[in-house]
Amino acid sequence: MCVGVPAKVLHIESFSALVDVMGSQMNVGIIFVPEVKIGDYVIVHAGQAMSIIDEQYAQESLEEWRKLVDARSDGSLNT
Amino acid sequence: MLEVTDHSTLSQMLLQEVKTLADRFQQTFGRIPSFMEVCGSHTMALARTGVKKALEGYVRLISGPGCPVCVTDQVTIDAMISLTDGVNRIICTFGDMVRVLGSYGTLMQAKTEGKDVRVVYSPVDAVRIAEQHPHQEVIFLGIGFETTIPILAAAVKEAEEKQVRNFSMWMSTKLVEPILRQLLHDGEVALDGFLLPGHVSMVMGRKHFEFLATEYNIPAVISGFEALDMLSALRHLLLLSLEQRAVVLNDYKSVVTEQGNVQAKYWMNHYFTLCDEAWRGIGVIFDSGMDFKSEYNQFNAKVKFPIPTREPRRTKCRCGEVIRGLIDPPQCALFGRACTPLNPIGPCMVSSEGSCAAYYQYMREE
Repeated sequence: MCVGVPAKVLHIESFSALVDVMGSQMNVGIIFVPEVKIGDYVIVHAGQAMSIIDEQYAQESLEEWRKLVDARSDGSLNT
Repeated sequence: MLEVTDHSTLSQMLLQEVKTLADRFQQTFGRIPSFMEVCGSHTMALARTGVKKALEGYVRLISGPGCPVCVTDQVTIDAMISLTDGVNRIICTFGDMVRVLGSYGTLMQAKTEGKDVRVVYSPVDAVRIAEQHPHQEVIFLGIGFETTIPILAAAVKEAEEKQVRNFSMWMSTKLVEPILRQLLHDGEVALDGFLLPGHVSMVMGRKHFEFLATEYNIPAVISGFEALDMLSALRHLLLLSLEQRAVVLNDYKSVVTEQGNVQAKYWMNHYFTLCDEAWRGIGVIFDSGMDFKSEYNQFNAKVKFPIPTREPRRTKCRCGEVIRGLIDPPQCALFGRACTPLNPIGPCMVSSEGSCAAYYQYMREE
């Protein structure tokens, strides 16, 4: 039940935002992410935006996995 | 953006990596590693993506007590269903609850008998229903973990601001930290590490789980919900276990921060306070849930509509042991026979993220 879905913020109006979730548009609350901007991606859970997705970290994860695949990791922790 | 095939290739390579590390673990310690996925969404995702099946014999993945419906005790379920007996009421709920079998029926049965039971996407929708029906009492069944508790607070905030007096909430929420402490204290299940819930961590922050490493000396990794996310987290867990390092690692940094969502925590603590909660098969755990502060009792359905507790009907359902990781679903005599997704007896079979439902759909040998 604690699952959230990523959504793109299209429009902001006081305490709610219009977001796009995989092609469907819906209004969600934004009281938990007051700093959100149009164009941000957010995690939506039960009608509220709960977190702004940090795209830099998302890209870094992909890069880390790619490097792992390329190098077939020697087992050292990259933390 | 990555192509799907790229994701698939990365997943296959990561899976191979996890298997290699699991082999190394087995050679080092003479047994396969046991990790618990705490979150019900992880339970379903591990089964659905085939990760759990692919790792059989390499890594034992134990489903933990992270499905809110599954951990709600029978007395509470019965009380929530009893709320439909009152006149002039609209009962609103998340969809997970409607088919859960109480001692004397389900919410779905109550609905077929003419009771006004409505599934809503968000508790805020229940506030709107209350505004549209000012002469009826609207009660929302507030179940959930830390991801959902702020959402419940947002609905109360809306009802308070709009002065909606016919809206209330029957709270039965659960917190992750107390149940993990309980499991570790009991020591009934031997664990090498935890796969921590990504969205609970999104609210509570990485630091909240630091106690696992500092107090219990056990590694834990916060994970997302895609196959790649979970395989990456399992790889980190295996590396930490092999190096015998107790660390709480955030492997979902795109969503989870060190401190979590400060606003969400603020509103949770604004309306709610810690309370003792009864867990299925475990009993009451001190300060393991949240309920209304007394100054907000006008929204507290337990105060507005007290329900006398009844002794629940006994069944052979072993969900209480399943959620503690003591048995796998097939070890319950009812699993796949009397209890199936079409005719569920226990909440772990009803819930979309219950261990029994996941096992039935994705893990059974045909």
